[in-house]
Amino acid sequence: MKPAPFAWERPGGLAALLARLAGAPGNVKLIAGAQSLGPMLNLRLVEPDLILDITGVPEFRIARVEGDTLVLGACVTHADIEDGRVPDLTRGALRRVAAAIAYRPVRNRGTIGGSLVHADPAADWVSALTALGAEVELAGPDGRRTLPVERFVTGPLTVALGPGEILVTVRIPALPAGAAWGYVKHCAKIGEFAHAIGAVRLEPGAGRGRAVIGAVEGPPVLLADARPLFGGRIGTDFAERFDASAADAVLRAAGMADAVERHVHVTVLARAVAQAAEPAPVHLPEAA
Amino acid sequence: MSREGVGVALPRKEDDRLMRGRGQYVGDIRLPGMQDVAFVRSPLAHARIRAIHVPDAYRDRVFTAADLDGVLPIRAVSGLPGFKASEQPVLATGKVRQVGELVAMCVAATRAEAEDIAAAVVLDLEELPAIHDMLAAREPGSALVHEHWGDNVFLETLVDIGIEAALDAPIQVSRTISTGRQCMAPIEGRGTVVQLDHRLDQLVVHTATQMPHIVRNGLSECLGIEQGRIRIVSPDVGGGFGYKAILLAEDVALAWLTLRRGHPFRWLEDRREHLTANANCREHHYRITAYAERDGRLRGIDCEATVDSGAYSAYPFSACLEAAQVASILPGPYDFPSYRCRTWSVATNKCPILPYRGVARTGVCFALELVLDAVARAAGIPPEAVREKNLVRPEQMPFENITKKHFDSGDYPAALARALTAIDVDAVRARQRGSEPDGRRIGLGLSVYCEQAAHGTSVYSGWGIPMVPGHEQASARLTPDGGLELRIGAHSHGQGLETTLAQVAHEILGVPVARTRLVHGDTAMTPYSTGSWGSRVMVMAGGAVAAACEVLRDRAVRIGAHLLQTRPEECRFAGGHVIGPSGDIALEAIARTWYRRPQDLAPDTDPGGLEVTAGYKPVRDSGTFSYAAHAVVVAVDPDLGAVEILDYVIVEDGGTLVNPLVVDGQIYGGLAQGIGTALFEEMRFDSRGQPLASTFADYLLPGAADVPMARIDHMETPSPYTRFGQKGIGEGGAIAPPAALANAVNDALAPLGVELLHSPLTPRRIVEAVLAARPTAETAREAA
Repeated sequence: MKPAPFAWERPGGLAALLARLAGAPGNVKLIAGAQSLGPMLNLRLVEPDLILDITGVPEFRIARVEGDTLVLGACVTHADIEDGRVPDLTRGALRRVAAAIAYRPVRNRGTIGGSLVHADPAADWVSALTALGAEVELAGPDGRRTLPVERFVTGPLTVALGPGEILVTVRIPALPAGAAWGYVKHCAKIGEFAHAIGAVRLEPGAGRGRAVIGAVEGPPVLLADARPLFGGRIGTDFAERFDASAADAVLRAAGMADAVERHVHVTVLARAVAQAAEPAPVHLPEAA
Repeated sequence: MSREGVGVALPRKEDDRLMRGRGQYVGDIRLPGMQDVAFVRSPLAHARIRAIHVPDAYRDRVFTAADLDGVLPIRAVSGLPGFKASEQPVLATGKVRQVGELVAMCVAATRAEAEDIAAAVVLDLEELPAIHDMLAAREPGSALVHEHWGDNVFLETLVDIGIEAALDAPIQVSRTISTGRQCMAPIEGRGTVVQLDHRLDQLVVHTATQMPHIVRNGLSECLGIEQGRIRIVSPDVGGGFGYKAILLAEDVALAWLTLRRGHPFRWLEDRREHLTANANCREHHYRITAYAERDGRLRGIDCEATVDSGAYSAYPFSACLEAAQVASILPGPYDFPSYRCRTWSVATNKCPILPYRGVARTGVCFALELVLDAVARAAGIPPEAVREKNLVRPEQMPFENITKKHFDSGDYPAALARALTAIDVDAVRARQRGSEPDGRRIGLGLSVYCEQAAHGTSVYSGWGIPMVPGHEQASARLTPDGGLELRIGAHSHGQGLETTLAQVAHEILGVPVARTRLVHGDTAMTPYSTGSWGSRVMVMAGGAVAAACEVLRDRAVRIGAHLLQTRPEECRFAGGHVIGPSGDIALEAIARTWYRRPQDLAPDTDPGGLEVTAGYKPVRDSGTFSYAAHAVVVAVDPDLGAVEILDYVIVEDGGTLVNPLVVDGQIYGGLAQGIGTALFEEMRFDSRGQPLASTFADYLLPGAADVPMARIDHMETPSPYTRFGQKGIGEGGAIAPPAALANAVNDALAPLGVELLHSPLTPRRIVEAVLAARPTAETAREAA
């Protein structure tokens, strides 16, 4: 379990990184926290010619609020979010998701951008950021563009990055006053990858909401309009109105043939809805 | 009782080294000129080798079976009638019979470069049908792992002790019960560093093993060189559990390579090799019927048991130990009149099976305790009532059970009663009658077992395997300044023997534990021993250390009496002093006299001096019987299949406890592994015999959050046969938890019509069973 030989470089800025990415021959991999790429290299599941370490690019470390949007650089770690070292516009939702990712040593190194680009269907950010309505900002040879997360993650371990393109920031909209958030995942044990994820971001006042069923075969199943899960209407009584059979139908339509899988995913979604209605008190340490 | 002697809960002295990261493991050894080895392993479970293509550039760095002139295959033959022997080539010849089998050995300056070379070697393989299911492998017409056998059965056994008499019992329950295949997952994997000592013309093999002397036997036989040319050193070892009780093909390969090349080589197992290539454990299948009276009294047990032994018979325990043990210990701690058990040890295209902590007892306990709960439900009585009616009673001790197992001592019903009181059965049952605010269901599970340990010559000569334990020996030597050195041939790899054997010596000689050093893990420095396995060392090496120290004490008394100008019979020995009628003299002074001032000794002093090797066997060597009752309360989420352990009680009787703190540690560690067996750990295979987990992301071990702080209650019924009344207890913690937890989950889900009979009880299996038991739902049909 030792990696095949590779070259390693650490560009100091975004322009240099993009130039190297455009010009380097062979198979190039970017490395940040290395929490997925590291094991894959050791198992020789990937054998890149060149690894570009992107942690020296200052733009990837930014964390700032732009109006109603939180902008996080690709190399912000899960622990940065968990510990409150970056701003938050989600009333703790991001911190709670971050705090339950894998184990602390993984969170110390793993990054939000790396997790999205790796696009493991069972990873937390893929589902949570889809439910939150986040976007990713990409930079490439043709300049910059922005995509909603649900259009960025196109399949298992597959994202909509073009040649020479990289993820620069994640843009997370604020959770408005009165909005309800629920996020539940099911693991066989603490720290393990999720077997099922349910996430809802509901705005009963506006009568709208998003729901995500994650840790499925492909990208998370998103209901950008979650009203069908609640009998066609999202009001303050959304918890009572949640319709498990509607969620089951969504999963059937998405091609989930296994009844046990569907049952577990629907259960987890139902619990996310219940959590959104009555958020359990969560004690996070003071922001560090 | 002395402050540091037998029975004192002394903190482990080795932990100062181990917990500070100062342990010295095989992986810490750096030798000048050492090169690394990586192996080309079979990617297929069963295939004929057409060719092995080695790139020209690497011809002198890659070795295959064709190079291993004079090296014999590993053979672990059992003397049981009908046993079919396998020959495990050190590097594959002709066929490969399991994923991960060694095909070629690649050497380079670093492991990464050796892996580069291994990746460049191309295997031309003709895939054969893989035998991955042990029940199908028993059927006529199955593909064959070893063609010349004619079938896939290493060994079939049958005992029938009057089962006919049970067949008219009013209660008869039959179940098919099985346990998943596991990997043992010690923190440290295997590893070998081999060098040549040119001065002694000796191969020095540093290998992480539980049994250095047995590895020397096997290595000598495979290499065809005399034992004097081999020295096995097993340094600090990071957990064994049975995984390191084996002669490794890698050991043989590196030994040959070092002989050939003359400089040191190293191979360190990585986690993928551990999980996919290097021995499994536990996979049992039972068809079991219990016959009982309406009040729960057992009339008989009838069982067909199959064990998936994998492709080869592992040295020294062989492919048959596990299944043959099933037949002899299935009756457990219960007394009933009729019994039949047929067993099969089946060869498949998987890694060889090795005895894992508890050996067959964990599977046997799982099968029997689950079927006893089924009897309880059929009889309409609580599960504890079935056990109370059938447990061996204290007035029967010593007791010979239906398979002639000799129970030395104990009060089994008392252990169960104490467990029931501690877990508060009435309160748990009351809680079950209500409902939980979170919708989970509460279950109570029980499991009782006995653990034959430290069984010796009379038992193992019957198996006829390459290793039969005889007298255990220990050496004790007083140093010139009055310190004590102990040498044993067994190994300490987590058991705390550096402390507990020093306590035993202290009990006899009064030397402070801090001034006693244990030397072990080196064939050049220790007496022969079969090593550390079978929970035997505290009984066997403990007895031997005591015996050596007693001889030493008597010699010290004779020297001391001379120095006190009196006769030995006028003296006694206490607190490290020889005490005479009119004065006393310390052991230090006696040691100083023997070594440094021999002119002060009596002319007729015993020339044997202050260094003694003594041997020991218990009064009976049929083994000690420790036992325990486990009681557990769980909360089960029927929709997600999550199991939370709310309370766990263990009432254990290990006889006299030499160090209760160490015993607690053994029980906690065993419990963690038992929880792994019960809820998490499973190595699954696809129909081509491919292992489906190669990292710990897919092979789940219990984590800190999954292991409860169990409450341990000790009974101490001394064994009448051992030196201090101690019994072996090293494995017990891992035996009962799967049965106790499965019974608890089944108790919780019984109202839903659910009964789970396969370990591990994963969330998936639980939800599947819950949905399948819902009679009308469409999901029930799909899940089935």
